[in-house]
Amino acid sequence: MSYVLIIGAKSDIAKEVARVYAKNGYNLYLAARESVSLEDLKQDIETRSGVDVKLKEFDITAYETHEDFYTSLEERPLGVIVVSGYMAEQKSAQKSWDESLQTINVNYTGAVSILNIVANDFEKERRGFIVGVSSVAGDRGRKANYIYGSAKAAFSAYLSGLRNRLYESGVQVLTVKPGFVATKMTENMDLPENLTAQPDEVAEDIFNAQKKGRNTLYTKPIWFFIMLIIKHIPEFIFKKMSI
Amino acid sequence: MGLLSWGMFPKIITKKFSLRDRAALKRYIEETDEFIPYGNGRSYGDGALNENILHVKPYNNFLAFDEEEGLLTCQAGVLLSEILDSVVKRGWFLKVTPGTKLITVGGAIASDVHGKNHHVEGCFSECVEEFSVMLPSGETKVCKKGDELFYATCGGMGLTGVILSATISLKKINSKNIRQTTIKTKNLKETFEAFEKYQDMPYSVAWIDCLAKDDALGKCLLMVGDFADDGDLAYRSKKKLSIPFNFPSFALNNLSVKAFNRLYYAKAKDGISKQKVDIDTFFYPLDAIGNWNRIYGKGGFTQYQFILPKEQSYEGLKEILGKISDSGKGSFLAVLKLYGKANENYLSFPMEGYSLALDFKIEEGLFELLDALDKVVVKYGGRIYLTKDVRVSCETFEKGYEKIDKFREFRKENGMDKKLNSLQSKRVQI
Repeated sequence: MSYVLIIGAKSDIAKEVARVYAKNGYNLYLAARESVSLEDLKQDIETRSGVDVKLKEFDITAYETHEDFYTSLEERPLGVIVVSGYMAEQKSAQKSWDESLQTINVNYTGAVSILNIVANDFEKERRGFIVGVSSVAGDRGRKANYIYGSAKAAFSAYLSGLRNRLYESGVQVLTVKPGFVATKMTENMDLPENLTAQPDEVAEDIFNAQKKGRNTLYTKPIWFFIMLIIKHIPEFIFKKMSI
Repeated sequence: MGLLSWGMFPKIITKKFSLRDRAALKRYIEETDEFIPYGNGRSYGDGALNENILHVKPYNNFLAFDEEEGLLTCQAGVLLSEILDSVVKRGWFLKVTPGTKLITVGGAIASDVHGKNHHVEGCFSECVEEFSVMLPSGETKVCKKGDELFYATCGGMGLTGVILSATISLKKINSKNIRQTTIKTKNLKETFEAFEKYQDMPYSVAWIDCLAKDDALGKCLLMVGDFADDGDLAYRSKKKLSIPFNFPSFALNNLSVKAFNRLYYAKAKDGISKQKVDIDTFFYPLDAIGNWNRIYGKGGFTQYQFILPKEQSYEGLKEILGKISDSGKGSFLAVLKLYGKANENYLSFPMEGYSLALDFKIEEGLFELLDALDKVVVKYGGRIYLTKDVRVSCETFEKGYEKIDKFREFRKENGMDKKLNSLQSKRVQI
């Protein structure tokens, strides 16, 4: 019986990722705070796919608990997918240190804490895959969301280094960079339809990219080109822009 | 901007609220003057459009599956495709499925959809054991066959309340494959004879060549089939292609002409050929292309679907096909199907007879043509399918549905007419 561990299982993307892995026959550990609220999802996935779903209490900012959390899993997971994210409103993050710190901790520090433990285990076992859901916002800091963006940039850099380190051991590391996604969080934003992915599309893309052993995934794929352009705008122009 | 129907016409500004839990829905119903539930946006017309739209698709958990009896309970936002992903490999299939699997269970009930096996299994409501609905009062009711709420809600276009969850019974299968026979006919008379001849086949549908005239009027490819028995249940839904932008509309007829001709002329001389195809190819050919609606261009399109009583079908179809062919409008292909008996639901479309469906690009002069076709439909005692419709007049609509007043009364009695409305419900005054 092979389990995939999903960290931050309450988000819309995580829910669809869980469904896709279950559809393909994987059992799941769903880890989140107040994991009892995931009972409905557990029932949904077990009914759909006939796999086993275990709910695990997990707080990504409670770093000291991570080692125990990981070693207490009934069975070591085949792969780990970190979907946790916290997007404070840029304006409130600018004014509130707590908001800034929470953004950094959830998107970066906490992810590093748990993935260090996972990576050591996978490296020793010489197997496994790690998927980190970062963001296109990490590709270049913009005034609209650079606190969130910089935490994601750090996470992307971490994943890139981790991939480099674990290559020798045959452990796959996939960095996922979603663009706009239609979720609870973006429900009331007026996002351009052609650039906005549905959570179930993102999940399918993640599954397929992981299966193919890819390194980086932009979803929708067009975001690769958009970010390519954005990254190459000279700084002396970029600093005057509002995008 | 906002949500669109499948026909991409009309384009209106909508305010969307996503259904995630019942408590929030109750508040939404209290606080919203008037709204309409919206599933996955696959109905063609304005039946799920209004200023306020309740987006039901996010409400999509599976709740229970009895694998022995084939009984599935799920929330209303679950897509039929999700059901297939889950149940086909366990030896079950939908008893009734329309030509797309990308619709929600709630939408399937609200449109009381039907498929290629209507003449055998009837509409979707036949496989609905029970469902729960939140009424405008905020109260949730469970109903089943025999209840007035059931007859009004199945086919009721979301106008009686918000369907929350349903239990449906599935059909046992022993293969993901269909044995298909394709029959080539030369004219409408042969087409009708072929339908009669193959009426014991569980699935049947015909593609009619709308450009054919005179002696060849009504020439078709009739496809009939049944599940194979080869034990192969290894179903994986196909990865779909997508159409990333709106096509210039001239592309359309060229594509379908080619597709039809390739099939038509490839058939053996005796006009019959056999194939083994999988579920997706047989039931959902168009789902293989995501957003195929974009091939009609950004002005949008509509589908005209009517049904005529069996005795009048031949005359009526001949007259209508003649008018379409003369007009030079309309898609090259139309779908013809023989239906079984009508059910007891107030607004379900099917009745015993022949139905024809074809697409029209929205353009000048179209609605005048469709009004003229309506007159023929009414003359022969037929009716128009609300799920496809974006323009029928109240007068034409009413004539086709004898239980319309029961539906109207039921809505009034339960305060549904104040809370639940679509652009369509206002137009046809239901």
